[in-house]
Amino acid sequence: MTGAVVAKVRGTPLHEFPENLYIPPDALRVVLEETFEGPLDLLLYLIQRRNLDIMAVSVTEVTEQYLGYIAVMERLRIELAAEYLLMAALLAEIKSRLLLPKPAEEEDAEEDPRAQLVRRLKEYERIKQAAVELDGLPRLGRDLFPVLLTADLPPRTPNLPKVTVDQLADAFRQVLVRAERGRSHAVPRESLSVRARMVRLLESLGHGKPVAFERLFDPGEGRAGLVVTFLALLELCREGRIEVLQREPLAPIQVQLR
Amino acid sequence: MILPDIVEALLLASPEPLDERQLLSLLADEGVDRGELEAALARLRRNCEGRPLELVRVAGGWRYQVRREFSPWVSRLFPEKVGRYSRALLETLAVIAYRQPVTRGDIEAIRGVTVSSQIIRTLEAREWIRVVGHKEVPGRPALYRTTDKFLADFNLEALEQLPPLPADEDKTNTD
Repeated sequence: MTGAVVAKVRGTPLHEFPENLYIPPDALRVVLEETFEGPLDLLLYLIQRRNLDIMAVSVTEVTEQYLGYIAVMERLRIELAAEYLLMAALLAEIKSRLLLPKPAEEEDAEEDPRAQLVRRLKEYERIKQAAVELDGLPRLGRDLFPVLLTADLPPRTPNLPKVTVDQLADAFRQVLVRAERGRSHAVPRESLSVRARMVRLLESLGHGKPVAFERLFDPGEGRAGLVVTFLALLELCREGRIEVLQREPLAPIQVQLR
Repeated sequence: MILPDIVEALLLASPEPLDERQLLSLLADEGVDRGELEAALARLRRNCEGRPLELVRVAGGWRYQVRREFSPWVSRLFPEKVGRYSRALLETLAVIAYRQPVTRGDIEAIRGVTVSSQIIRTLEAREWIRVVGHKEVPGRPALYRTTDKFLADFNLEALEQLPPLPADEDKTNTD
């Protein structure tokens, strides 16, 4: 390594990198990613740099250059976006097709990949140009500023709903009711016998006709009463004194004596 | 009060552009008709001549704005607002503007690179683009369009006013 000229600064050859010269390893990647918006852009650059019309481009030549670029980037260990490699593959394919004699019957089987690439390049070139022109349009907040005056409006009285004395009194009554409810009081436990309930159930089924399951319950009894009725029903079932029937799925459940 | 003054007051105080329909409904009590309104707007436009402001019709309605020539000074008022957009963002916006409605796939096909979600989010946050439906293909990708706000922010009234694209047909080797 030593002895080889690594750079010339104002004509003076340098044999090694100055110590304070630091090139961040990502520098070239940044250049690449900032300068080219992808493989189509890089291709356009290669074509335009040589002042060529897209239509007249020699794919072979451009492919060489493109692959050359890719090779340099790989040597610099730049991780290339997959799109660049895809384009390299496409170019290589077009080039190889051009080298091969074309079988006659395949002529118009599919669109010529070269024509397709040219079409894509032209479309991209148009959009690239459009983006420049779009950026050139006067833009609100950058080139144009809306005129906005502060309107000096008279203070507006907030439109609040009115409250009547009656409504106030009613609200107070509700406060009192709530306070009442908050008082503690003893609740005697009602003794509920499953046996006694079984007897009552048998009585209500006494006439022999089936009764709807729901009708056996009295919601007024509260949760405990409902549970006792249900337990009594289960017990009667177990003892084989009653039958629980359902004609079809989801049909009402009926209970009858056995 | 005379009508042009009232219309001027409304346009100056409104944070968003006002179109004829909105103006007529704001002036319904006075029984203003369309012809009178248009005459008033024409007069207001003339009144701006020789002044640093202008009255323009953009998508969404009429807007008073400071003339472009004064932007070097006015932009000093809002230094943090003046942002430069990346080429990637502008190209993405251009594809949507000129080829709408498009999917992300369409944008990728034209630009040859993956569409960055960040760019789509930025454009949506600016309210320059929005999803207008889904393409009936596998995956039902979202279809994007530009908005009226995009037109208004670029000083345009309609998409037809976008700068024309270079001709579709090749000029065959004019180098």
